[in-house]
Formats: sequence, C-alpha cells, structure tokens
Amino acid sequence: MLFEALTFQLGYNATLVALGAALLGISAGATGTFLFLRKRALVSDAISHATLPGIGLAFIVMVAFGGDGRNLAGLLLGSALSAGLGLLAVQWISARTRLGEDAAIGAVLSVFFGAGIVLLTVIQTMDSGRQAGLEGFLLGATAGMLLSDALVIAIGGAAALALVVLFRRPMTLAAFDPGYAVAQGMNLQRIDLATMGLALGVTIIGLKVVGLILIVALLIIPAVSARFWTDRSDRMVVLAGVFGGLSGYVGAAISASAPALPTGPLIVLVAAALFGASLLIAPGRGVLAALIRHVGYRRQVHLRQGLLTLAQGLPIYENYTLRLLTRAGLARPDGVATEAGRAEAAKALRDEARWAMARQLQAHEAASALYDGLRPIATVLTADEIAEIDARLGPPKQVTA
Amino acid sequence: MSDALTLAARDGRHVTDEAASSPLAIRGLTVSYGQKPAIFSVDMTVEDGSMTAIIGPNGAGKSTLLKAALGIVPAVSGSATIYGTPLSKARDKIAYVPQRASVDWDFPTRVIDVVLMGMSRELGLLRPVRTRHRVRAIECLTRVGMQDFATRQIGQLSGGQQQRVFLARALAQGASLYLLDEPFAGVDAATEKAVIAVLKSLRDEGKTVVCVHHDLSTIGEYFTHAVLLNIRKVAEGPVAEAFTAETLQATYGGRLGLAQIEQLNLRAI
Repeated sequence: MLFEALTFQLGYNATLVALGAALLGISAGATGTFLFLRKRALVSDAISHATLPGIGLAFIVMVAFGGDGRNLAGLLLGSALSAGLGLLAVQWISARTRLGEDAAIGAVLSVFFGAGIVLLTVIQTMDSGRQAGLEGFLLGATAGMLLSDALVIAIGGAAALALVVLFRRPMTLAAFDPGYAVAQGMNLQRIDLATMGLALGVTIIGLKVVGLILIVALLIIPAVSARFWTDRSDRMVVLAGVFGGLSGYVGAAISASAPALPTGPLIVLVAAALFGASLLIAPGRGVLAALIRHVGYRRQVHLRQGLLTLAQGLPIYENYTLRLLTRAGLARPDGVATEAGRAEAAKALRDEARWAMARQLQAHEAASALYDGLRPIATVLTADEIAEIDARLGPPKQVTA
Repeated sequence: MSDALTLAARDGRHVTDEAASSPLAIRGLTVSYGQKPAIFSVDMTVEDGSMTAIIGPNGAGKSTLLKAALGIVPAVSGSATIYGTPLSKARDKIAYVPQRASVDWDFPTRVIDVVLMGMSRELGLLRPVRTRHRVRAIECLTRVGMQDFATRQIGQLSGGQQQRVFLARALAQGASLYLLDEPFAGVDAATEKAVIAVLKSLRDEGKTVVCVHHDLSTIGEYFTHAVLLNIRKVAEGPVAEAFTAETLQATYGGRLGLAQIEQLNLRAI
C-alpha cells in the first residue's frame, strides 16, 4: 500500500495531497530556516494560532452576505488578516512594553486561539454552520482536497520560495548580525517583516494540509534537522527544504496507505523521525559523532598520560589507563612498561620536551597556539625546525623502569 | 573655568564650519534607554585622517554613541553627518566593526561568507558572488593574517581570530570611515598587533578610524585624537590636549586612582 501511495497509484485525491504536502514542506522548510536563524521560531506558533478567529469571522461574514461560507479563498484571506494582526500584536508588545517576546507570544497565541474557538462554537449553532467543517483547519483535513486547493498550495509555495531566494542575503545578515545590517543601510524592521510575512504565508497555505496547530512543526523541525548536517546557512536552506518536502510527501503517502490515518500529524511524525535520525547520526554535530569523538579523545589523553607516567618511572593509578596500555602491549598488567612501552614512553617524553622548548621560542608562537597535549610536534613543525629545537634540548634522556 | 571646559567651548565655536568636511560630526546627540540617558547632548567632530579613540568608564555610553551615530539605536534628539551628508546618503563611506560578543558565533557560516557580507551593498539582492568578489575577500583576510581560515566555520575561531574576521569584513566594504567598537577587547597580543597595524595602514591611505577603546595605557601609542566621554562629552582633540590628568579625572571620577593616572605619564598641566 505504502509503495503505491509513494508512486501516486492510490488515486486522484491521494496524489493531490501528496504533491501539495511535498510543496508545502519544501517552502515551510526553507522559510523556517530563517525564522530559526533569527531565533524567532516560536513567533510562527503565535501566527498560526492567530489564524483561527479570522477563519471563523470570514465564515460568518461570507454567510451574512449570502455566499458560501466554505469558500477557501475567503477563509484563507480571513485567516491571513487575523494572523497578521496577531503578528503585529506580538511585535508591538515586545517592542513597546517591558514584556519579552516569549510572554507576548504566549499571550497572543492563547487569546487569539480562545477567540477562534468561541467563534467556531457560535458557528456550530448557526444553520449553515453545522456542516462547515471548520474544525478541519485545526489539524488539517485532506480528505476532500480539491485541485484548486492544491493549486493554492503550489502557487503560494512557489511564491514563498521565490521570496526566500530574493531576500536570502538581507535575511541572513539580519539573523547573524542585525547591528551591522542596519549600519549597512538595511531596514531591519522591513527585513523582519518579510521573514515573518513568509512564515505567515506558509502557515496560511498549510492550514488545509497540516492545520494551524501543527504547522509550526513543519516550519521549525526541518530547519533544526538541517542544522545538524551543515555549517553553511545557504546549504541549510536547501536541506531544510528537502527535509520538509520529504516529510510532507512521505507523511501524506503513509496516511493515504491506510484508512483513517490523519495526514497532518503523520507529516509531523515523519519530520520528527528525520530530526531524530539527524540528531543521532549526523557527522560533526550529531550526538553519536560527539560521543565517539569524546571517547576517542579520552582514550588519547589516558594513553598519553600513561606513557608520560611510565617515562618518569611512576606507578599508574587509573585502571582505565593501565587497561589501555596493556591492551596496546605497552605495559604489563602490574604496571611495568614493556620494551615497546619504554620506546613509546621515550617518544612521548621527547615530544613533550620539544613542545616545552617550542612554546618558549618567539619564532614558534603560531605553532604553540596549537599545543593541546596530544598533537605530535612533527605535525606542526618541519623536520628542520624540530632539529633546531633538539639542538637546544641536548641528547635525549634515558627512560628507566 | 577648567581647561576641559575651555577646550569644549573652543570646539563649540568651530563646530559649524568643521562639520561640513568632517568624516563624522555629531551634534547634540542624546540617546536614552527608558528615561535614563545613555549619552546626553554629545557634540563631537572627528578630524579627517585621524585615529580617534573614544574612551570613558563602563556605562559611559561609548558603544551607544557609535550605534546611535549609525542609526542602530534610535536617538531621542540630535544628529550625525558623514562628510557633511546625512547618514542615509553616506552608508557606502562607513564601515562598522561591532563588538565581537554581539553576535552568535555558532551561526552556520564560514569565514569567507562573513567577509562577503561586507560587500552586501555592492552585491544587492541577486547579483551573484563572482571570483573577483572572492579574490577581494581573500585579500582582506590576508591583510588581517586570516587567509588560511577562509573556509573554516566561524565557531572554530578564537576570540582574536573572530575580531580579525570582523575587521576583514569592514575592509571589504572599501569605506573611508571606520568605526570600531572595542576591537582590542579580550584579544591576544598577536591580534592586537595585527589589528593596530591594519588600522595604521588605513590611516596611511588617508582613511579615518574611530575606535571605542578601553586600554588607557595604549592611547598615546595607537591614536592621534581622543574623545573622553561619560554620558556627556568631557573633552576631545589631539591626544596631547584632550587626554590629560585633569580630563581623565573629570571622566572617570574616583574610579581611576591618582596613581593609575600618574602611571600614564601624562604631560603635566
């Protein structure tokens, strides 16, 4: 079933949903990267919750004027207006009062969401409201998705991507060094407004697929997953788009592969799985890589310390050090150095002495900055330089024990 | 009237005619955070081709003065002109080096990308980064001795290296007025030497350099002019005139012991 879903063989609706969700994921990932880099990721949560009263009001207004309350364009326009209002409220509260942005987000999010729920409840009591299905906007409702809905997502997502490409430089600079951006003559408020406006746009087009409660996940999770894999913001935008698109596509396919599997939540779960995998296995910033590095480093430190201890003929107290030395054939279990151990110990001691001399010499200041107690000096200085240091040191000391 | 005030008054008379040509002329600038002024009615005129230090105790508003002059923090009143023109028309002439600690160095970007940010006015929104831009970025990195670090992630740099990358970014702008916020704070001796050498070479090219500075013992060696600030401007002028025991006392009050002032070997007045 899943294979058919992934290859668009489950019918018209499933194909529309999978394509729409993939496009949404791409634009959400790319846009969310800038929110994350600007450390404003949670503002998108306030924006998305603030869409709800707009949906309710738009429905009421459209019904009052005798139209179809379920007209998607009208509902999305209403949601955009109230989300914009929520965004302005967050900006205004954090700029003009002593409250931080977190408090402003909390206040706006809950007030707008509460108002929206009240409106939905009122709509339930209206004659035309019973079948409105507005609750679908909370967690997404893809069952009855139409071609026009998919087109809204495609056009909106493409526009968001175009704007990301257009504003990537100012948005990156504003996120990295806002003061410098202003000194360069950029209008920080306008850049931030563009960033937030993009998030708002993605939220609106995502209402139908993942719903307003979970859209924040699609904005943030792909971006933080991408951060594990790269140290370049431009690549991060692309990667986040890929992760987001993949989440949307695979999530929608899984939900189509069995009856009664909700699309939005599954998309978020796929995104979360990608995040979990990135967190664990990404080289460099991943948890496993860090663990391996740490274990390796600890081993090196113990070995080096053990060798230096042997070189000085002192007993080794730490079991782990002794274990490492015996396993490497450098010492006997009772702590006495083997032949190989004595040779290695002499080498380590020699290296230390060379380092000590190099660090005293003005000429090797740059190299000395690299000293970390482990690095062999031969990787930093040339053979000639080492020979010169050796000349200053005199003949090597004999290692006893 | 004290000499400091005489000095200030004398400068006051020259204000208008000097402002037209000065790289940075600040008039009546007041900035406040809440109701408490960070700087109050500050006038200062930076001389063309000078190396000017802005000095004063912690909380004197030194950084704020620079930021307000650049429009980074809003001013309650007052204005700044750059070579006689308003700030908005002179952005290309100014290169700003913010405090190192003001940014997150875990940001996903490489050294060369930071330097390329210095060309963002030139590159605009969509113009592609070409080889000549990269070559210029590497040249700027070479001037600060960081050419070997171009493709490093900025989080791997030491504090001094970060400072030099920021300076390289400013150099990439090709500006004529350089405003630096504490470029020597918490950097190693090698960086301090490299930075001051670059600043002096800028001055030799006829550029103007203004630094917020905190190390009083190097003022005479590094700078030609000094501005002493403690919320209000206390003194400004060539180092020999403005940087005296008396003006220091007036700027730092009890925070600077007499013994410390004596150690600076200032000309007696």
